[in-house]
Amino acid sequence: MMENLVYIALFAPLVSSLFSALFGMSKRQTFVGVIASTLLFISFLASATLASHIVSTGTPIHVTMMDWISAGDLSIPFGFLVDQVSVTMMTVVTLVSTVVHIYSIGYMDHDKSFNRFFSYLSAFVFSMMILVMSDNFAGLFIGWEGVGVCSWLLIGFWYHKADVSREENPSISPSWAANEAFIVNRIADLGMLVGLFILYWNTGSLQYDVVFETLPSLSGSVLNAAAIFLFIGAMGKSAQFPLHTWLTDAMEGPTPVSALIHAATMVTAGVFLVIRANPLFGMEEVAGVSYFIAALGTFVAFFAASMALVNRDLKRIIAFSTLSQLGYMFAAAGLGAYWIALFHLAAHAFFKALLFLGAGNVMHAMHDELDIFKMGGLKKVMRPTYIYMGLASLALAGIPFFAGFFSKDAIIETAWNEGTLVLWAILVITAGMTAFYSFRQVFLTFEGDERYKAFDIHPHEMYKFVLIAMSPLALLAVVAGFGMGSFEHFVTTLLPEYHMSEHTHHIAWLLGLVVLVVAVGGIAYAYKKYAKGLKRDEALENSFIYQLLANQYYIPQFYEAFITKPYAMLSEILWKEVDMKIVDATVDGIAKLLYKSGDGARRMQSGNLSNYLNWMAVGAVLLLLVAAFSAMLG
Amino acid sequence: MIGLSHYLIVSALIFSIGLVGVLRRRNLLMLFFATEVMLNAVNIAFAAISHYYNDLTGQMFAFFIIAIAASEVAVGLGILIVLYKKHGTLDLDDLAKMRG
Repeated sequence: MMENLVYIALFAPLVSSLFSALFGMSKRQTFVGVIASTLLFISFLASATLASHIVSTGTPIHVTMMDWISAGDLSIPFGFLVDQVSVTMMTVVTLVSTVVHIYSIGYMDHDKSFNRFFSYLSAFVFSMMILVMSDNFAGLFIGWEGVGVCSWLLIGFWYHKADVSREENPSISPSWAANEAFIVNRIADLGMLVGLFILYWNTGSLQYDVVFETLPSLSGSVLNAAAIFLFIGAMGKSAQFPLHTWLTDAMEGPTPVSALIHAATMVTAGVFLVIRANPLFGMEEVAGVSYFIAALGTFVAFFAASMALVNRDLKRIIAFSTLSQLGYMFAAAGLGAYWIALFHLAAHAFFKALLFLGAGNVMHAMHDELDIFKMGGLKKVMRPTYIYMGLASLALAGIPFFAGFFSKDAIIETAWNEGTLVLWAILVITAGMTAFYSFRQVFLTFEGDERYKAFDIHPHEMYKFVLIAMSPLALLAVVAGFGMGSFEHFVTTLLPEYHMSEHTHHIAWLLGLVVLVVAVGGIAYAYKKYAKGLKRDEALENSFIYQLLANQYYIPQFYEAFITKPYAMLSEILWKEVDMKIVDATVDGIAKLLYKSGDGARRMQSGNLSNYLNWMAVGAVLLLLVAAFSAMLG
Repeated sequence: MIGLSHYLIVSALIFSIGLVGVLRRRNLLMLFFATEVMLNAVNIAFAAISHYYNDLTGQMFAFFIIAIAASEVAVGLGILIVLYKKHGTLDLDDLAKMRG
């Protein structure tokens, strides 16, 4: 019974994808979207049932569908493991994906590739389900790559748009952004693959349970190498510095895709990997790597938040906030608080999906205009969206009793508890920045003067069913935090427990208050500055710091100048000098030689029997000589 | 004393004469004669070596070759006659029909 539910949860998205693919080339059919959404909802129901089953019984479900690879000592079954961690992921992923599917029916209403979109979207969810449900690293890697391919398909969904200059659009074009995302991920995937090889080489298996059992008997250097390479893979998928540029450029995809990538199906994979491999990352021997993860996470949290402060693009601001929140998750995971990282992942998924879908509504209303400096005063026409985005931003900013408050506060408390005060301070400052930029965006979009009127735009609210479909996310963004205690109880049967020390526990209220004051301060500053209308400050906007942040620290330009361009130059040299002049020339030379020898030998065919006999005699003599020589040489 | 090597040298000389005939002659009939000369050169070698080893197999082979050469000549001459009737010549340079 439970086994069937596992398969339903896993394969319903695949069925949905294949079904939609049948209509991929035909004209827009609403029922395709409806059926895809229904199948996703079935998948969600199955996941939720499994979750309640595991909550009540506490025993993981382990099914093996078939033997997949069996060669020599290598045996990789196609098996699935539904335990506390994966069932959490499954529920979150399918819930968010269901909402995104329903949302897409409304959002992609006028797109001629409507059916194709659903096919990709469901395939994306299916890949993510494989990734989280697999009981071995090989299956995880398949899902990992599947997610990469689907993200490429979806980011580049509007592939027909032409390339423009970086000044005009920082992500150049959808197909450019899709390629960037795919290539950056491939680079990280190589690290991941090396990590898997190291694990297999030393443990003889890729099954989670076998690998984790064997870990204590391995040497420290092997463990460190495995942890480092696996984390490189996680850095690519979760867009950690320096592999972060693709995430903001991925905003070129349709907005529901952004919601899916950021909340459910892609960037959380890296965090999931670290949480899943916690027996490895939690070992004494790899404490250095774990501390590095925490430090990098903290840095990215701050780094991304700083870029979000000045950005004018509605979706990019949210993308930076995802980057920043992923940093928080890695900080928690690196410090050993895996369950807190997982909790923040789930809570973040709800409000981030809501935020993106809200942004999609705004975009829809503003006819694809994304510059928040050209918006303002939209609350009059889009009240439900305003409420949704307001709620999501409150949750993101960590205002009490919204979802983000509990999870983010716990992470910051962890940093204090571990005695890493530098990390703590940076995370607190980042919390303030988060509050500021989220509300800067909300206020600039919905409050103040109606700047859009100058551009002759007539905004209108989204379809009602779309707004209703978003409501579960809004509800969860508000209440998810209250499940923290029971969630801890639930997942720490599998994940290591993490307790605050007595001392931290005593001053927890004070720590929370500090974060709260900073966050409210951020909101208040945003209110003061932007709620009444936009007053441009030329001096500030032209200042070095502002320009630095607005240009993403010039990192994309740096990559282009120092990596992309030299690489392209090198490729061209290799192409023209090595490939054309050596490789191709050799192959062509052999062909030409044969051609010429054939052309020459053709003359033997004179039609004169006497000539033929002469040639025959030459051949016989040659054969005789060969025989004589070989006899002489023995 | 005439030994094996003398026979073989004679055989090789006759074979070479036959080979030169095959290579140099233009008349098909002459080519035929030349091949017969070569065959018989081989026969001499067979018979000589057979005698040297006291093994009759080689001489037996020589008889076979003589028999087969006879039938081959019969067939070949038949073809030559047909060719001559058709083209009025047996000169190979005039018969070059199969140009590549």
